[in-house]
Amino acid sequence: MSYRERHRAQDDAARVWRGGYRPYDLVKEATIALGVVIALALLFTILFSSPDEKPSTIKQWSRHDPVDFVTTAATELDGTSGTGSYGPPYNHASDGQHIAFVRLQKWAGVSHPINTATDFVLAPLRAVPGQPALQQAVTTYEQAPAAAQSGWTTAFEKGLTKAKANPDGSITVPAGSDGPLPTMMTGLLSFAQSGGLDGALLTSRQFFQTDYTKSLLLMADGGLLDSRAQVDHLLGEQWGMMNETGSYPGQVWLWLYTFWYQIKPFSTSNNADILVMGMMTLLSLALVAIPFIPGVRDLPRRVPIYKLIWREHYRGAG
Amino acid sequence: MSTTARPPGEPTKSWTVRVRERAVEALPPDKLLPDGQPTYVASWIYVFGVLSLAALAVLIGSGVILSLKGPAWWHFTGIGHFFNSIHMWAVELFFFFMVIHLWGKYWMAAWRGGRARVWMTGAVTFLIAIPCALTGYVSQQNFDAQWIATQAKDAMNAAGIGAFFNLTNFGQMYSYHVLLLPLAVVGLVVAHVLLVRKHGVVPPFEPHQDATLVAVAATGGAGPDAPETTGPPA
Repeated sequence: MSYRERHRAQDDAARVWRGGYRPYDLVKEATIALGVVIALALLFTILFSSPDEKPSTIKQWSRHDPVDFVTTAATELDGTSGTGSYGPPYNHASDGQHIAFVRLQKWAGVSHPINTATDFVLAPLRAVPGQPALQQAVTTYEQAPAAAQSGWTTAFEKGLTKAKANPDGSITVPAGSDGPLPTMMTGLLSFAQSGGLDGALLTSRQFFQTDYTKSLLLMADGGLLDSRAQVDHLLGEQWGMMNETGSYPGQVWLWLYTFWYQIKPFSTSNNADILVMGMMTLLSLALVAIPFIPGVRDLPRRVPIYKLIWREHYRGAG
Repeated sequence: MSTTARPPGEPTKSWTVRVRERAVEALPPDKLLPDGQPTYVASWIYVFGVLSLAALAVLIGSGVILSLKGPAWWHFTGIGHFFNSIHMWAVELFFFFMVIHLWGKYWMAAWRGGRARVWMTGAVTFLIAIPCALTGYVSQQNFDAQWIATQAKDAMNAAGIGAFFNLTNFGQMYSYHVLLLPLAVVGLVVAHVLLVRKHGVVPPFEPHQDATLVAVAATGGAGPDAPETTGPPA
């Protein structure tokens, strides 16, 4: 008998059960199960509650670490930040990740256009009222040739490596050939520390707001979220976002997604995300298609775990 | 009083009657809500299916309460935090029970005997439940939500789905979490349970071809689409 014939016969043998039945109360079983789950959820709630660490804000970040905030803002201005160089769906700075010729990120296009210089720095500065010197500095920057802008940001970023935070929340940057940058960044830092930048990045074409993309991307380009995440064992090398703040189980069902990021070639690849997503898509399809995959579908018959599950049945039959 | 205008047994062109007759034929009431179970259904592993359903019910119940009060409520009231905790632990229990149920069904090869769709709807439910939970985590409006959203966005963007599944857009994620994905999960679970009721619980392997099993193909009885366990004896 061929494999296919044997499989077909075994499959057909499982269609019809003509043996005995025993009394069964489905509604009663479901009610008891519901009671058990409610009791367990209540027990865990009473014993452990649930985590709720307050979110970070740009105001908090700019006050807590003004040098990091200004350094990040400078990279947003010259487009070298994580978001500035991201590619789709935010901008065309790169093609994004790919597997061979498959460039899903590029093909999906720029659906959430973000110009980091305009959206994160220049437009918020334009919203600051009553500071003519600041507005003049912004005008000077905007009207300067690209080469001059680049020279200013490069000089300013060089100075930032030696910058110091002052007790009043301002920063001191060694003087350099950085044009209007010191005035602009001082203005942006004050605006952020007052909470104005948090609101400015939420502003769009209408009154009601639910999209935090710009605020979150700016904060993610800086170091605040990372430093909080490290304390809460949430970094990528700490199995990342499947964990949760505190000693809570988090999204343990994401372990296989997170696992791939821990090993080569995924851990060292510039295309890690698309490689992991591709791998998980294949494995997910395989999970759904197990009934049709020779070998995988035959394993349960060869491994005698079923003898444990149906031991009562086999005891009766034997 | 009867509500049908058609004499019994008479052919009909009514779509309604055809749908009803096909539904009753596929799932007669005693099959939909059986009071008997095959004797081989005698293991604790069988409990995890119904426990998964119960956890889903608690998830939906606590989620409805959280939805009624809005996404910020649980941050500043004790009772809100209580229901958030119930919701969180229910999702942990849901996945715990579902994974054990899935492993149990794998080792039973529960797709045998024309039950492939039962397995497939269960597996897809598990896969859809993952983004359902993820959208919940990024809708929390706390540091966990910020961190998870900014980390997981890269995988979505790399796969080209960031345009309509933007983890940093709270409004979009909340819609996915409270409506679209739960609807998909519940729809799949309903289909899964109805298929289980239609086909019955998969019988044990019979290494020695136990007399209680009928090798239908060998005897030329039913075709490949013939379903179903027989119902319990009257």
